[in-house]
Amino acid sequence: MASYETFEHDVLIIGAGGAGLRAAIEAAADGLKVGLVCKSLLGKAHTVMAEGGVAAALANVDERDSWRVHFADTMRGGQYLSNARMAELHAKESPNRVRELEAWGALFDRTQDGSILQRNFGGHQYPRLAHVGDRTGLEMIRALQDHGIHQGIDVHMENTIVSLLKTGDRVSGAFGYEREKGRFKIFSAKSVVLATGGVGKAYKITSNSWEYTGDGHSLAYHAGAELIDMEFVQFHPTGMVWPPSVRGILVTEGVRGEGGILTNSEGNRFMFDDIPELYVNQTADNPEEGWIYTQGDRDARRPPELLTRDHVARCIVREVKEGRGSPHGGVFLDIAWIKEKLPNAPEHIRRKLPSMYHQFKELADIDITQEPMEVGPTTHYIMGGIRVDADTQMTCVPGLFAAGECAAGLHGANRLGGNSLSDLLVFGKRAGEYAAQFATENGHVSLEESEIEEIAQHVLKPFDNSEEGDNPYEIQAQLQDKMQELVGIARSQESLAQALEEVQILREKADNVHTIGNREYNSGWHTALDLDCLLTVSESIALAALERKASIGAHSRDDFPEKEEPGTGKYNTIVHKTQENTMAIRREPVPELTEEYQEIIDEMG
Amino acid sequence: MEKATFRIWRGDANEAQFVDYETEVSEGMVVLDAVHRIQAEQANDLAVRWNCKAGKCGSCSAEVNGNPKLMCMARLNDLPLDQPVTVEPMRAFPLIKDLVTDVSWNFKVKEKMKPFTPRPPDAEDGTWRMEQEDIDHIQEFRKCIECFLCQDVCHVLREHDLHDEFIGPRFFVYAASLEMHPIDTENRLQELKNQDGIGYCNITKCCTKVCPEHITITDNAIIPLKERVVDEFYDPIRRLFKVFTG
Repeated sequence: MASYETFEHDVLIIGAGGAGLRAAIEAAADGLKVGLVCKSLLGKAHTVMAEGGVAAALANVDERDSWRVHFADTMRGGQYLSNARMAELHAKESPNRVRELEAWGALFDRTQDGSILQRNFGGHQYPRLAHVGDRTGLEMIRALQDHGIHQGIDVHMENTIVSLLKTGDRVSGAFGYEREKGRFKIFSAKSVVLATGGVGKAYKITSNSWEYTGDGHSLAYHAGAELIDMEFVQFHPTGMVWPPSVRGILVTEGVRGEGGILTNSEGNRFMFDDIPELYVNQTADNPEEGWIYTQGDRDARRPPELLTRDHVARCIVREVKEGRGSPHGGVFLDIAWIKEKLPNAPEHIRRKLPSMYHQFKELADIDITQEPMEVGPTTHYIMGGIRVDADTQMTCVPGLFAAGECAAGLHGANRLGGNSLSDLLVFGKRAGEYAAQFATENGHVSLEESEIEEIAQHVLKPFDNSEEGDNPYEIQAQLQDKMQELVGIARSQESLAQALEEVQILREKADNVHTIGNREYNSGWHTALDLDCLLTVSESIALAALERKASIGAHSRDDFPEKEEPGTGKYNTIVHKTQENTMAIRREPVPELTEEYQEIIDEMG
Repeated sequence: MEKATFRIWRGDANEAQFVDYETEVSEGMVVLDAVHRIQAEQANDLAVRWNCKAGKCGSCSAEVNGNPKLMCMARLNDLPLDQPVTVEPMRAFPLIKDLVTDVSWNFKVKEKMKPFTPRPPDAEDGTWRMEQEDIDHIQEFRKCIECFLCQDVCHVLREHDLHDEFIGPRFFVYAASLEMHPIDTENRLQELKNQDGIGYCNITKCCTKVCPEHITITDNAIIPLKERVVDEFYDPIRRLFKVFTG
């Protein structure tokens, strides 16, 4: 092992978005030696893209809000497949996690009395999202970053982890490479936290960047951890659709929170046409009520545009499919209409939604204060992920923790907007805390040299493969096309079975991809190595989607339109790797809600 | 489909030159799309940084036809495509490879600056009260996406290479966001005057012109900081006052 640079940390954190940074800060608080590895430069992770806000029942704008309402909203939004304990911890702890950011320099927008302002968002009963215009994620990651750099954390920027290392049952470190020279790095650690984000790059139309290749999911799976509810991929209802090069870029739900409406080519506000049973009591039945809700009328109910994301996305797909779409295959999202209601509407829109204004003006030549946007669903988030203990965030592999988007449990079948930023703060902190505790209670374990040599050879294989091998970008593009087509918003037995076959074919091709050039900052090589992760998560998504013969939350089966299969109760799907190195799936019933939880849910209607 | 030529800087610190690539272009494309297409089809090992592709993360900074820009926000229909579009790395930083430069200096500068230090909370729940109008101007500074284009164009760094004596516009904006933060209690004027080298800035406003977030760097951050430094260290009345108060 003398040939590889080795770093020894008490706690190693993989991923430096909100969850990873928050975990690192927490783990470093007790003076432990913490390493933080990230694929990009620090502060560029996907958290930076989050726009609308962070959900926390601060009750600054509406005093009727409380952790109990937030808990009930999260459970309802997740179609009661969420882990109730996680939903409880999340709702209880997110207010303090948000306040703490302010102590680290974050500056949220203010109420009249000078406290943190909160806005309306889909599925939240009261204005609950603390925000900074529509650049909340930037504010959060910068506050965490600027605080984090003074906590003695060793940051390894532009490094990618390709495998976790285990000694016996326990995780003992990780193997990675640095981008600049392509050199290998060995990280020895007493505990490891995965905070790698999502899987959006498995799809063609996505709001996610190149980094979102499901690394954490794949690393955990190969290390023996379980993946849960992988079929639940959130297709955010409003991504840009035109021009083609920006297709998929996110248009914040905040547009609808500020009064934006969805219309079809006939000018009809189609969201009023289909309001799910679970939400009838909470949804406005006329446009005026919806408008005054967005303007803070406490007695009004929310407009149907602010129904949960899974539902809004399906309605948009229906409109397009039935021929009422916009010219480029989406629908219209109109915020400019509020000039009928507000005298200074253009200025108001620019102040509330500055980056949306900027984004459309510069990328699509559209002035959103004057004309409607064209929007359609885009792959945005995965509710499923690494199965963890609700309190500690530890997986079934001793010493291996996960937090943020790559972990699962909180969001069930559908995530509410704003609950991801709070998720990563609450559970990032918990993961850091318990990973530190694990590291304190358990010593270093020695690494196994033969395992490391084997990984090193595997990682260099794309250079050694025959020049006849495929171009890694080509394989990535083919996978994205297939996942989009076969495992997208509308799924069936046939499409999913075909997807699993395609994944196998592409896996063989991926094994033979050829990389040109040398090891220095070679994007082709990096893309080749990411393929394994993408294929693993794609297979798990398709397999879980095939297993769930129902349409619930973000998962829709054309052949099984009902919410539950007859005769089965609520269950979670669980994927794991068998001893024969194949992917297996099973169901586990969702534990019955305790009386206390059930009472809260009943009380909140 | 229409074609265009992109003249991209290829190579490393030892040896590099422009290489021409012809590729298809279509409606709405930005420079980053073209670079990606070239990377996927003709030059798999082409090095380029990017993340959000929506002007929010500040990763894909480069010089397009000589102008410092985010490649993801540089629309092709704003460029003359009858001649090659040149794409070069930021020139104020050492080249790693192709379009990727070593910007680690920026991270080191920030680490050395005095961190945010809030006064005790105003309320029992550990929170503070701030008026929106008192934070509007700080929120402008906090829009910064750390693309470092302002650092790239600053003469003091780009031409005079004073990286050891001058922190550059990005970090004056950062300093301003801390110094003017309503609840921060730290004083950074001594550092701004001495090791941060604010005096080197001669207010040419090049940084403001290239800022993709349209932050008025010079007028709203640097000039007010310069004034504070002048008030603190050069104001005759204050100096006299200091003589008496020690």
